[in-house]
Amino acid sequence: MNALDWSRGLTEMTLAFHILFATVGVGIPIFISIAEWIGIRKNDPHYSLMARRWTRGFVITVAVGVVTGTCIGLLLSLLWPEFMRFAGNVVSLPLFLETFAFFFEAIFLGIYLYTWNRFSNPYIHWLLTLPIVIGASASALFITMVNAFMNTPQGFTLEEGRLTNLDPIAAMFNPAMPSKVAHVLSSAYLTAAFLLAMIAAFAMLRGRDNEYNKKSIRLNMMTGLILAAATILIGDSSAVFLAEAQPEKLAAAEWHFETSSRAPLIIGGKLNPDTNEVTGAITIPWALSLLATHHPNGTVVGLNEFPKDEWPPLYVHYLFDAMVGIGFYLLAIPILFLFMTLAKRWNAYNRWMLAGIVAGGPFSLFAIELGWFYAEVGRQPWILRGYMRVSDAATTNPHVGITFWLFAALYLLLGIVCLLVLSRLFRNKPAELELEERRVIL
Amino acid sequence: MPLAEVGITVLWIFLYGYLIVASIDFGAGFYAYYGKVIGIESVIGPVISRYLSPVWEVTNVFLVFFFVGIVGFFPDTAYYFGTALLIPGSVALILLAVRGSFYAFANYGAKKSNLYLLAYGATGLLIPAALSTVFTISEGGFLSVSANTVTLLMEELFFSAYSWAVVLLAISSVLFISSTFLTYYADHAEDKRALEWLRSFALWGGVPTIISSLFVFIALRNHNLEHFDNMVRLWWMFGLSLVSFAIAIWLIWRRKNYGTAFVMVMLQFAFAFFGYGMSHLPYLLYPHLMLVNSVTNQTMGRALVVAFVAGLLLLIPSLVLLLRLFLFNAKYVKGETS
Repeated sequence: MNALDWSRGLTEMTLAFHILFATVGVGIPIFISIAEWIGIRKNDPHYSLMARRWTRGFVITVAVGVVTGTCIGLLLSLLWPEFMRFAGNVVSLPLFLETFAFFFEAIFLGIYLYTWNRFSNPYIHWLLTLPIVIGASASALFITMVNAFMNTPQGFTLEEGRLTNLDPIAAMFNPAMPSKVAHVLSSAYLTAAFLLAMIAAFAMLRGRDNEYNKKSIRLNMMTGLILAAATILIGDSSAVFLAEAQPEKLAAAEWHFETSSRAPLIIGGKLNPDTNEVTGAITIPWALSLLATHHPNGTVVGLNEFPKDEWPPLYVHYLFDAMVGIGFYLLAIPILFLFMTLAKRWNAYNRWMLAGIVAGGPFSLFAIELGWFYAEVGRQPWILRGYMRVSDAATTNPHVGITFWLFAALYLLLGIVCLLVLSRLFRNKPAELELEERRVIL
Repeated sequence: MPLAEVGITVLWIFLYGYLIVASIDFGAGFYAYYGKVIGIESVIGPVISRYLSPVWEVTNVFLVFFFVGIVGFFPDTAYYFGTALLIPGSVALILLAVRGSFYAFANYGAKKSNLYLLAYGATGLLIPAALSTVFTISEGGFLSVSANTVTLLMEELFFSAYSWAVVLLAISSVLFISSTFLTYYADHAEDKRALEWLRSFALWGGVPTIISSLFVFIALRNHNLEHFDNMVRLWWMFGLSLVSFAIAIWLIWRRKNYGTAFVMVMLQFAFAFFGYGMSHLPYLLYPHLMLVNSVTNQTMGRALVVAFVAGLLLLIPSLVLLLRLFLFNAKYVKGETS
């Protein structure tokens, strides 16, 4: 492997690891805020305790998110120096703003953690969650802007290999930005809802059948329903956007080679790499045209319109299918849960339902990974679509291989210790015990 | 003021901010572990952790701010420093990652662990050493630059007296800044026993700091005469630094005004750090990178300055709130509120 492959590998590994914690970091604060607010408003100690326990776990994940975020921030310059020299002129504003948002969040998280009993008016402490929510979501917004810019660069002109006539605002508000940001935020919130519901459902499966866990599941499934629907709708608008602005990415995901109207949607299947024929797939006629243009007769651009050296790897098809599949699973579970709650004939907290909710946690994280891998691998071979290839951006330093293994060891260590600490944190002190200490009768 | 100077001034101020808050943090980690080794953990531990807990995350941001900012204002630095510093940069990152996360594991996790504390304490001295490499190589002579790549000359770096002088200075400054701050903090908390220990750390810490800064001067004279001459021209900055140091030590010796003493330490490092920075110009990386040639596009530079001012308007009140709630809140410092 050469420096380029190692650089790609290290970036993929770092982002894949970071994104798990970053997603949790963006999503969970909203739920902490909601739970604390309901707790104060209804004077319900269950919700207040929920906010406290979630915060405790949240801090651990934030710590790992912060340090891995620092890693990727600096690795950008260490691994892709040519890219940063070239595009640093344009992407530095959103990157800079992201650190401001992060700073803002860090300050208030520190305050929030140590002021649980400081204020006589409980709403003041709750108010502190707002800057955390805003800071977390704003940093996702700004960093996604950078990523969107790499997909649909604009706001500059290229003169003699340098970027001139910059328009930082146009670069930030590039065409890919709205759908990307919306999808990132809604899927992060959705993931948080499922992770939190997963914890409660797991506790119930282990026999801790009580009101605390039920309330947690109910809250997270209700919000999860809205968020899953929103995520799918936004995902749909991203597909429409791709068809228009980055047709090769969508075509690669759908193995759509010939430009045509009434294009079929292909699910699963196997591709013959020589003839580009698809076998064993479920084919839904017209569906791709419908997905891409919202019209069954719409024309969808095929991969053959592009030179072969600008094709993304075609395995992204599977990533796309799996992500969409999980998306619908995450919608089905809350619908089913709501249906069972409303139709009082069934117990909404039966074993199968709980198991389904528990599975939703890892599934949603997995979908985040799949979605990002699709988005990133799908714009190969470009680092800055249409302007700079990944192969021209990598470092020339020959030691990336060593660095890769050093970071691999770091992430392994952090991953294991983080899971250990989290599980010990909650196993040693289940919610029931804590409620008892607070003299709340279940 | 031209954009390039505004940019480097802003970044330098942030780096100075990081120097102070990170030194307190790194040193505190080291003292916490050292305290455990010599059996005075219960004496100094509470003071240290009461300070660190709410601010550890903020410390990290100063650094992120600096490296994002420098790439923004001076994109060429990403190419030179980025290519050359892969190994030292990665090592520093890994240490920072271990430190930050293990701090959270140890403090918010289920149980206290000696291993976590060791990781936290040891990294506190290794990180400054790793980060100071950047200053060393910016003096020139440690990079080989060809048409399509930049290589760090590891051997040159390892056998250079200058690079070791900088490492020594970095470590001793960390310990000195941290102990003077914690002395003040312990006094504020009216914790007599902790104060005695930390005060002695502070007094002893001053000696290697001054000796190693003399080393740096001498080694720089041999390594980069041009820079050294610039420093001599700014002699009064370093003179003021020395005076501030003397006042700080005198105050701590006389057991009074620990707050002022810490401000003096901050001034000592401010004069030295800005004197060093000013004399380093016009080069960012001697002799490859000049300040004026590597500055970003004007439009982006202005946008960055605007973003910076807007960001500060948001951050300063928040930081003040943080300080008032934890650093200057007598009840919290004494550990009276939960």
